[in-house]
Amino acid sequence: MTKVTIEVNGKKVSKDVPDHTILSVFLRDNLNLTGTHVGCDTSQCGACVVHVNGKSIKSCSTLAADVDGSTVTTIEGLVKDGKMHPMQEAFKKMHGLQCGFCTPGMVMSAIDLLQNKKKPSDSEIREWLEGNICRCTGYQNIVAAVKEAASKM
Amino acid sequence: MASLVGSRVERKEDKRLLTGKGRYTADINIANQTYAAFVRSPHARAKIKKVDTSKALKASGVVSVLTGEEIATDKIGGLIAGWAIRSEDGSEMKVPANPPLAKDNANFVGEPIAVVFAETLDEARAAADLVSVDYKVLKGVINTGDAMKSEAIHDGIDKNLCYDWLLGDRKAVEEAFAKADKIIKVDLINNRLVPNAMEPRACVVDYNTASEEITLYTTSQNPHLSRLIMSAFGGVAPENKLRVVAPDVGGGFGSKINVYNEEIICSWASKKIERPIKWIAERTESFLTDTHGRDHVTHAELAVTNDGKFLGFKNETIANLGAYARVFGTVTPTYLFGPCATGVYTIPAAYSNVKAVYTNTAPVDAYRGAGRPEATYTIERLVEKAAMELGIDRTEIRMKNFPTEFPFKQTLVHTVDSGDYVSGLKKAKEMADYDGFEARRKKSESNGKLRGIGVSSYFEACGIAPSAVVMSLGCGVGLWESSEVRFNPTGQVSVFTGAHSHGQGHDTTFAQIAADELGVPLETIDVVHGDTDKGTFGMGTYGSRSLAVGGIAIVNACKKIVAKGKRVAAKMLEVNEDEIDFKDGEFVVTKSNKKKTIGEVAFACYLPGSRDSEFKSPLPEGEEPGLIETSFFDPANFSFPAGSHIAEVEIDPETGEVKVEKYTAVDDFGRIVNPLVVEGQVHGGIAQGIGQALHENTEYDETGQLITASYMDYTMPRADNFPEFNLGFTCTHATSNPLGVKGCGEAGAIASPPTIMNAVIDALGGQEISMPATAEKVWRACKLLKKTNSKAA
Repeated sequence: MTKVTIEVNGKKVSKDVPDHTILSVFLRDNLNLTGTHVGCDTSQCGACVVHVNGKSIKSCSTLAADVDGSTVTTIEGLVKDGKMHPMQEAFKKMHGLQCGFCTPGMVMSAIDLLQNKKKPSDSEIREWLEGNICRCTGYQNIVAAVKEAASKM
Repeated sequence: MASLVGSRVERKEDKRLLTGKGRYTADINIANQTYAAFVRSPHARAKIKKVDTSKALKASGVVSVLTGEEIATDKIGGLIAGWAIRSEDGSEMKVPANPPLAKDNANFVGEPIAVVFAETLDEARAAADLVSVDYKVLKGVINTGDAMKSEAIHDGIDKNLCYDWLLGDRKAVEEAFAKADKIIKVDLINNRLVPNAMEPRACVVDYNTASEEITLYTTSQNPHLSRLIMSAFGGVAPENKLRVVAPDVGGGFGSKINVYNEEIICSWASKKIERPIKWIAERTESFLTDTHGRDHVTHAELAVTNDGKFLGFKNETIANLGAYARVFGTVTPTYLFGPCATGVYTIPAAYSNVKAVYTNTAPVDAYRGAGRPEATYTIERLVEKAAMELGIDRTEIRMKNFPTEFPFKQTLVHTVDSGDYVSGLKKAKEMADYDGFEARRKKSESNGKLRGIGVSSYFEACGIAPSAVVMSLGCGVGLWESSEVRFNPTGQVSVFTGAHSHGQGHDTTFAQIAADELGVPLETIDVVHGDTDKGTFGMGTYGSRSLAVGGIAIVNACKKIVAKGKRVAAKMLEVNEDEIDFKDGEFVVTKSNKKKTIGEVAFACYLPGSRDSEFKSPLPEGEEPGLIETSFFDPANFSFPAGSHIAEVEIDPETGEVKVEKYTAVDDFGRIVNPLVVEGQVHGGIAQGIGQALHENTEYDETGQLITASYMDYTMPRADNFPEFNLGFTCTHATSNPLGVKGCGEAGAIASPPTIMNAVIDALGGQEISMPATAEKVWRACKLLKKTNSKAA
């Protein structure tokens, strides 16, 4: 067993978990933060993307023990004072989601893109999101949502 | 009050899904739950000689291990084919038994043999590895085209043939072909696809030992239908003791229509072990066991005159059903495919002959479009080839054969109520700058690239219903839809529907419809679905049926609410019913302008009195209290969306990479309820179709191992594979429903594979190439093209 202490969405948590516990499992099963989804076993689909120390990572291929002492933000942590993050608002406005399963990872990944590049082009957005698979939207409205958010952030 | 139908309303469901507050099956946990892990066949075809569970039973944390023996002893029924299809000779289709846990024979890699329940998931998985199965491995039948020549895999099913089905008139076709100037022929493979909803299948089961009720949370597109099948055929529990809940479901695309082995097994086992059970598929389990789509081998011919008139059409197809026939497995390659294979054209004589075969591969069933993408691919490849061989412009030859009068009696089955195919294609040409293509082709050539343009015009029969028709074609149930509308005393409205949303946005679009009918704000309406304990029975969501069938049930239930409201308002306003108009949520006396809002009337409906009481009830005498109405809607016909799509691709002959440069889609979905949602449906459909044309393929090796069983091996289309799609709409109202709507969910996936392939083949100078047109295949084709061109020079 390993003791993992992290700050998640502004709250410090500490849990004893088996050594091999993956971060996505830690968030979902130990902290009940089920907004982070798991859609594949090969680190391809990106439904599990969260921020660790402000950077987007795939939580399905990260050991919880490896982020001990870090600050983690999940999709649940984006709402501030009851208001959605501009990226969440933009996804809603542009219909950037359908079934919603890939959406948390997509949103977390897109926020990190805008941290790196304030006004990305369409092709830069598409390239950045290459690690996030969506089966519903054909990506068009996701790209539109990221551009909309970039104009607001 | 402005109409909400037709408005770009942002979705009501989005806040929940965007903030991590969605509730998918895998998010549900029940106190004291056990975890399931399945032991699956590693062989495509094998006799099961012995299953030894003794080691697994002793392993840490194991609660129970169950096998096909126990499920047979408990007489739990198997999975079913929902449609009975007859062969041309009148014989009934041949269907093998499909027990939830295989006892004697394993017929595809991934078929469940045993299941372990343990205290933790890790313990369940570890113990599953300890179950020892003694197999006698047999040579499997894998290839679609070879199945009829191979050894029978199921006892009593000769040539592995489920049916040999014919629709149409062979003799008339031969006569038409005899008159033709030219016969155009194609040999096509419609590649097998894995639907790949992003949420893997899952189920959580809770059994109450006292009430004997099973609650099954599951990833289903049709919870009511699942309950019916599990109860009637699985014998898991009577319908009234089985509650099926499909909460937020992360995409379906047809793969979540079926009741699956795991749902039956876990429901049965939960009762047996008296513990809740949780199971979530790993992605590779999904690849191995979700129903797959397509997988046709087709030879088709089109008889034409020199000036481009179509005279006759032949379609000889072998369809792979996989190891077993499932719910829509047998109808997808017949009635959903055959009739639509003549496309949007007037063809005097036609037939479709389909031989459906069993192989040692995962069961094949409906996948977005189900039969209609295969049909459209067949006819649109033929038409494009005919244009090329006859030297007629590809759009001109299409327009020449479009019907111009509606209703259009299509050659094989359907009477298409409405449409305007000419305007659709003209609009698409304009939007795509079709006439400017040659200049763009030259520009690409000057950069060393090959540029091609492709067109496809499609129609499809969807909004799957009407019951009388589908049942005469072999469907085991009626395909109507129902709704219940509850007007609460304090003014909010709950709309219950038997349809199910797993991305389609019903919470919003159905509320828009109800808001318009009742004249109440959108915010006061909640759409409830996905739970057999809530609302009326329903058949679920597939075949682009939710709006055209389920939406109309909502309209009709609302109309009943208004009708009753009018009776009550008349009493309240002391006038006759016929002196009242209902508009924008108000019952108004036309002469005096005295009025009551629907909210006031609703409240009044809950205040019954009696003749002798001092209380003067607002309800007319004999009127029951309450304001709750139910409607079951069974349409008179399918709905027939149609359209034309145009794509331009550019090929780099050095790498074989195909880039989709432009994609234009013009569709006719009749009246559109929410353009934002409809556009999203079209985008997604086009993307899946481009996936089929350029990227996706499901590959079994010769021993039946699925070698594309993860996202490392199966090419899922990604954001950088697509251009921005350019959408346009035309509108002819459907006459088979009062809203005039047609289905929109599948159109994109139906039209786009031939559009793209026609463009690729155009770029390759007419050289045939099969789907998916991967870089390797295209690179080889480019090499061949270079050789031919240099020889010609």
